[in-house]
Amino acid sequence: MSDTLATRIPTYPFGNDGLDPRLPDFGLEGVGRVQLPTGQQALLFTRHEHLRELLRSPDFSSDFTRPGFPLIRPLPDEMPRREGSFIRMDPPEHTKFRRMLTPEFMIKHIRTLEPLIQQTVTDALASMQAVGKPADLVEHFALPVPSMVICHLLGVPYADHEFFQERSRILLAWSSPLDVVRTAVEELREYLVRLIERKRGEPGDDMISRLAAERVATGEMTEPELVGLSLLLLIAGHETTSNMIGLSALVMLQHPAQLERLRQDPARIDDTVEELLRYLTIVRTGLTRVAIRDTVVGGHRVPAGQGVIGLLSAANRDADVFPDGDRFDLTRGSHQHMAFGFGIHQCIGQPLARAELRIALAELFTRLPNLELAVDPDSVEFRDAVVFGVRELAVTW
Amino acid sequence: MSDRLRVAVDREACCGSGNCVRTVPEVFDQDEADGLVLLRQPAPAEADWAAVREAAYNCPAGAIEVTQG
Repeated sequence: MSDTLATRIPTYPFGNDGLDPRLPDFGLEGVGRVQLPTGQQALLFTRHEHLRELLRSPDFSSDFTRPGFPLIRPLPDEMPRREGSFIRMDPPEHTKFRRMLTPEFMIKHIRTLEPLIQQTVTDALASMQAVGKPADLVEHFALPVPSMVICHLLGVPYADHEFFQERSRILLAWSSPLDVVRTAVEELREYLVRLIERKRGEPGDDMISRLAAERVATGEMTEPELVGLSLLLLIAGHETTSNMIGLSALVMLQHPAQLERLRQDPARIDDTVEELLRYLTIVRTGLTRVAIRDTVVGGHRVPAGQGVIGLLSAANRDADVFPDGDRFDLTRGSHQHMAFGFGIHQCIGQPLARAELRIALAELFTRLPNLELAVDPDSVEFRDAVVFGVRELAVTW
Repeated sequence: MSDRLRVAVDREACCGSGNCVRTVPEVFDQDEADGLVLLRQPAPAEADWAAVREAAYNCPAGAIEVTQG
């Protein structure tokens, strides 16, 4: 990471250039200031215990329109629309939207989707095999599986996947200019407005149809809110799990002894998924918040209006909780990891993500017992985006 | 050492992550209607104590309270 010489304040974000996250050296305290590209400074927390405190605290807001909120990219002159985007809301507004979605993502409901996930995974592997080796695992497996599943769940036609996958990529890439991001968001919104209109006339057995009939028609939610909510779920449902699948394949193939352990004992798949979530922590940028009153985190005073960042990737390698945390070890039982975040905003889709990862990885390594990288692992390129991932992963089998 | 562990859940605080159900399905469940936590066993068996403590520690919303005694 680069330091500003005069102040020795590291600039943030630190960049995604390898499986090990770049972490600041803040000593034992694990707290320090960072300089953001927007000219702001934020207080960065890295300790597991401090993140637990910070992310559970009602003294912090997730609303980026509040003064002092730490921004990585500048806000456009016209404040972006936040309707339905409950990831950026505080209670009680957040609670209203979260509660509408909680039954959709509850474990029992996700369990009923497992046969569909299984079929999607099997089909994707068959079509990757049909393409012939070497093949790009990202294009043929890691991306289409979560994409088809979230499309099914939301009721978005998978036939349109190139349209929304391209725009999701633009939204999450640090290098995208603001006006390009805005155009991509507007195009996605218009797409969803038309889709919701169609579902009004012809409802299906899907989440958008249900929310339109049960929440919009009843006045609990406005149509622009449903558009914003659907947009959030569509993007989150794609980018996170697909990046996890691609990176997980890379990590497992680089740890052949542990892959063999998993093959000998397939019941280890749950622990393997948890350790991959911890080790990779793909939301590398961490979580941004602003203090809404004078408060204290981990003994450190945080004044009202101070922007803070909880660095999930650092907490997930905190030696107090995960000894020798830079080592990938599927036997460690990583149940305290924060890869899904912590606090009331913790990923609502985690039962779905876990089911997809478990089924996708188990099938990948069972059906392709000779799976190996077709490229030098050192030449694998990573995405410089909000969500960490590999650009492509050439494999053979 | 006491021989009882008591569990209480706060459905108002619950954010429906399902972590507790995944950790100790014998003690926690999710309501079919709203997906929020349901307590199946306020006085869990000793065999489940460690898992119940883990569920409380890992609850993102801090909606599980465990008391001993």
